[in-house]
Amino acid sequence: MASGDEYDPTPSEDELEAHLQTRNMVINLGPSHPATHGTVRLRIELDGETIVSMDPEIGFLHRGFQKSCENVTWTQVLPYTDRLDYVAALANNFGYLTAVETLMGVQIPERADYIRVIGAELHRLASHLTTAGALALELGGFTAFLYALEARDLLTDRVTELTGARLTTSFGRIGGVNRDLPPGWVEKLTKTLNKVEELAAEVDALLTRNRIFTDRTRGTGVITKEDALDFGFTGPCLRACGVDYDVRKAKPYWAYSKLTFNTPTGNNGDNFDRYYLRVLEIKESLSMVRQCLVQMQPGPVMIDDWRITLPPKEDVYGSIEGVIAHFKLVMEGVPVPVGEVYHSTESPNGELGWYLRSDGTGRPYKCHVRAPGFQILAGLKRMCEGRMLADLIPTFDTINMIGGEVEQ
Amino acid sequence: MSIFALDQIQAQLPEALAERYTDRAGEAWGVVRPEHIKAVATLLKERLGFRLFISMDAVDRLHLPPEQQEPRFEVVYFLKNIERNEHVRLKVLIAEGAEVPSIRAVFQGANWAERFVWDFYGVGFSGHGDLRRMLTYEEFKGHALRKDYPLRGRQPLIPEKPIRDIFRGPGTNGVQD
Repeated sequence: MASGDEYDPTPSEDELEAHLQTRNMVINLGPSHPATHGTVRLRIELDGETIVSMDPEIGFLHRGFQKSCENVTWTQVLPYTDRLDYVAALANNFGYLTAVETLMGVQIPERADYIRVIGAELHRLASHLTTAGALALELGGFTAFLYALEARDLLTDRVTELTGARLTTSFGRIGGVNRDLPPGWVEKLTKTLNKVEELAAEVDALLTRNRIFTDRTRGTGVITKEDALDFGFTGPCLRACGVDYDVRKAKPYWAYSKLTFNTPTGNNGDNFDRYYLRVLEIKESLSMVRQCLVQMQPGPVMIDDWRITLPPKEDVYGSIEGVIAHFKLVMEGVPVPVGEVYHSTESPNGELGWYLRSDGTGRPYKCHVRAPGFQILAGLKRMCEGRMLADLIPTFDTINMIGGEVEQ
Repeated sequence: MSIFALDQIQAQLPEALAERYTDRAGEAWGVVRPEHIKAVATLLKERLGFRLFISMDAVDRLHLPPEQQEPRFEVVYFLKNIERNEHVRLKVLIAEGAEVPSIRAVFQGANWAERFVWDFYGVGFSGHGDLRRMLTYEEFKGHALRKDYPLRGRQPLIPEKPIRDIFRGPGTNGVQD
C-alpha cells in the first residue's frame, strides 16, 4: 500500500512553517483625526493589527493656562477655567472658586451651595451623555449619538438661561454665585429633566444590550485596579475597576452631604464598564438635581462682604463705601491672604484638584490644576499595547480625554 | 488632615522629613529632603497604602519675598490613601540645576507629571529615563512657567507675520512696530 510514488496530500512540516517576513509599521493617528476628539497625536507601532507600542504626543492645544492665570486677578482666572473641560465648564468654574474660598476661609450661603450642585450635575449629565453618544458614533451607532446630543442640547439651553452662555459659562464668583435662578427656570428644568431621562433611557436601550456594541466594548481596553491607581485614574475610569472613590462621598463639599445618592462601581475595568457607569451616573445626577430643587430654600446667593464681592450697583453710585469697595475690587482684585491650598472636587472625569498659592498681591502666584484626563491619558499606553488597533477607538472614547484640560 | 502619613514618615524615616507645617485650611504638609523622596514615596505606597497617584507640580520661588527665594524651586507631590480617605501633601526644595530623584519607578503616573515639571520649570529628575518635554515641543527654548520667562515670549515654529492693526494677540511676535 505504502509505495513511494503515491501522492500524499498532507503538506510537510517545513512547508507549514514557511512564513512571510513581516515588518512592524509605524502610523500616526492624529493630531487631526475624526476619531480623536481634540488634537492628540498617537504614534502607533503595529504588527499586523496588533499594537506593539504606542506613544501619545500632546500639547497641540497648549494655551499657557497656568502662565495666564499667574498674570490676572483671582476673579479673572474664571474664564480660563471654562476652557479646561469645555464640555463641563461649570464643574471647573465651581471647583476653582471653591479652592479659592478654601484658601480664604470663606463660607458661601446655603442657596449658592445648592445652585453649584445643580450646575455641576447638569454639566455632568451633559458630559456623560456626550461620552456615551460619541462612543456609539465611533462604533457606527449614529442613532444613539443623536438621542444623546438632543438631551445635551436641552441641558445646554437651561445652562444658557442660567449663566448667559452655552459653553463658556464663567458662572459663579468668589463668595457664591453671581446670579440667582431665573424666574420660571425651575419649572422648565423639571420638564427638561423628564425629557433627558427619556432620552437617556433611549440611549441605554439602544446600546447596553446591543450585540455589536457589547462585542466591541466588553473585554477591551482593560486596566487592572493596581495599574489604574498607579497611573492616577479617578472618576468613572477608576470606579469601573472596582475602586469606590468619589470626592463627593469621600470629602463632601457644597450640598452633597445633604443629598442621597449612590456611586456605582464596576468590576472589570473594561470599556463596557466605563460606559455603563456613566449611564448609571446619569440616573444618579438626575435624582440629585431633583433633590436639590426640593430642598433648596430662598435666600442670598452671595456673601455680604464688600471686601470680597462686588457691592450692588445702587451702593456703588450712592455711597462712598460702595465706590471704594468697587474700585478696590476691580483694580486690585480679591484680597486672597498669603498661603497655599490643595482642594479637589469631582468633575465628570474624576478628581479635579487645584493647588493654589497666594503671595498676597491679588494675583495667583501659582495655579496648578490637576486635570483628571491628564493622568488617564498617561495610562492609555497600558490599556492598548498588545491589543488590536480597532479597540483603541472605543478605549479612547470611554476615557473621555478632553483636549482643553489635558493640554492646558 | 494628613497627620497619619507624616507621623509614620517621621517614625520610620526620621532623616527624610525636614519640616512639617499646617496650611490655612488646616491641612498638614511635609517638606522632604530631595535625596529621600523616592524612599518616602515607596514607604507611602508599599507600607502605608497611599496607592493613588494624584498629582505633581512645581513652584518657582523667584518672586517670593527674599528670605523664601532660596532654593529656587519647590516640587509638590499629592498622593491619596483611599481606605483612610487621606491626601498627603509633600514638598521638595531644590536649587536651580540640581536634580530630584525620580519616583517614576514607584508610581507610573509620575512619568508624565515629571515630564511636565521638566518642561515648564526645567527641574530635572534623575533616573527618569525618558525626560522629554510634555506639552511644548523639542525646539522650545527655556521653560515657560519660570517667573523670568516673558509672558508673551512666543516661539513659533513657523515665523509669524506681523499684523500691525492688532495691538495684542497673535502675530505681533512680542514686538510692537
